[in-house]
Amino acid sequence: MNKVDFYNMYSTLLAFDWLFLIEKLVLIIGIVSVSLGIAMYETWAERKVAAVMQDRRGPNRAGPLGLLQPLADGLKLFMKEEIIPNTSNRMLFILGPCLAMLAAMMTSAVIPWGGKIDFFGREVSLQIADINIGILYIFAVVSMGIYGIMIGGWASNNKFSLMAALRGASQVISYELPMGLSLIALLMLTGSLKMSDIVGGQIDGVWNVVYQPLGFLIFLICAFAECNRTPFDLPEAENELNFGYHQEYSSMKLGFYLFAEYINMFISSAVMATLFFGGYDIPFVNDAQLTEKIGLNWMALLQGGALFAKVVAFILLFMWVRWTIPRFRYDQLMHLGWKRLVPLALINMIVTAAVVLWLKK
Amino acid sequence: MQALTSRAKPVERKPMTIVERLYLWNIFKGMMITLKHVFKKKATINYPEQTRPFSPVFRGLHVLNRDEEGRERCTACGLCAVACPAEAITMEAAERKAGEENLYREEKYAARYEINMLRCIFCGLCEEACPKDAIYLSETFAPANYQRKGFIYGKPDLLIPDPKENPEEYKQALGNRANKEQQAN
Repeated sequence: MNKVDFYNMYSTLLAFDWLFLIEKLVLIIGIVSVSLGIAMYETWAERKVAAVMQDRRGPNRAGPLGLLQPLADGLKLFMKEEIIPNTSNRMLFILGPCLAMLAAMMTSAVIPWGGKIDFFGREVSLQIADINIGILYIFAVVSMGIYGIMIGGWASNNKFSLMAALRGASQVISYELPMGLSLIALLMLTGSLKMSDIVGGQIDGVWNVVYQPLGFLIFLICAFAECNRTPFDLPEAENELNFGYHQEYSSMKLGFYLFAEYINMFISSAVMATLFFGGYDIPFVNDAQLTEKIGLNWMALLQGGALFAKVVAFILLFMWVRWTIPRFRYDQLMHLGWKRLVPLALINMIVTAAVVLWLKK
Repeated sequence: MQALTSRAKPVERKPMTIVERLYLWNIFKGMMITLKHVFKKKATINYPEQTRPFSPVFRGLHVLNRDEEGRERCTACGLCAVACPAEAITMEAAERKAGEENLYREEKYAARYEINMLRCIFCGLCEEACPKDAIYLSETFAPANYQRKGFIYGKPDLLIPDPKENPEEYKQALGNRANKEQQAN
């Protein structure tokens, strides 16, 4: 390597914003581990919520309040024998849970988890990627999640799994439509697809849910369906399809599927909080004034806490509904999606458009 | 058709109202019901720490009794085996030798006494049939076992601890019910 080459390489390397890369890497690692941790404790919370609603106690043996239960469950899943059926498509069989997990994790990239923090004079935004098509990105990734279910069901080479995967696929596709339509009305109000703009519009203002209650309701119902949560958990209907798309899965591959569901729940809670409930906005507080008072870092911490409180509330709502109402029948599910939610979302869209036009005049 | 009980409710066949067809309000009502249960008293009993109080007529595992001096009461008369509807009890009798008077109360005793706990229905008829007050049902549960032969309880499993050597264990084995009986006597 001669001198010129060396300097060329050196200047290229210098041209990178290394701090930026490191900052994003740390953020990614942080958010991924937080999602994993939340998913772990969601399994615990799910059992606790179910228990208290049924006058039981739930896990209380492993650690105080059973808090070590997720670790024990995880260890159990790792220790279990891993079975790959003879007649399955081996590569796809392994790819399925990976895809489910990947899609679940990727959505978190565009969610703003808080304001900026001041890190030794460098302003770091608590959002991995502030792209200006944030919502479209979420939709793209969420619809990829169905590949995990579909490939898993297909590769198992099992009729029940395939049927369940088909149901799952059609369900997710059906509910993506009203979900998108309900969001269009929201986007008319905010005028931006960028997640940080949507949150920014709600900070110190009115949360979007006030303007769009119907839109939020539709979005909530669709989010339940997209996450395959009861009452829309038809892909894993254990009593009609004996366990659905992950029937042939064992050990940690099954764990991945179940885990992906919990991460999905976490992320969709975060999305709902961001879009409709002000994101990291602290309610009844003037954020800008408070920032001047306590500084950027403490503010970011508080904002993150506010977002997490909203997320936890949504997760509890998910669980509460799950342990209250029974599963829909498949035709009822389709009926609700296509004949009720789509027209409702369209009407919501038209009314919003009319109001926006009328007010602008 | 005549109703079997007075609790029968006629099925409602009214068409659903608009609120019911919207379903959301009904979901909300259901959620309120589950919410109420969060604050209700838990039905669970934390088993190893808490135990359920037994009813006074509870019949658990059998115990072969001894008298106050620690001698076995059983004379192997076989009345318990005859009374047993499940035919769970078998025994072999033997004659007391000289020098064994501190072990057995009567001249005849049970050399082998077995109860098959898989057959036993814990009816307590053996207890009622015994003329010597030798067998009665204690307040212990039938424990689990991995093998069938583990459920055939022989004399070492059944005999109550010696009241002279192990007075505390003897008391424990007697249980609350026997203690009460003794107090009444």
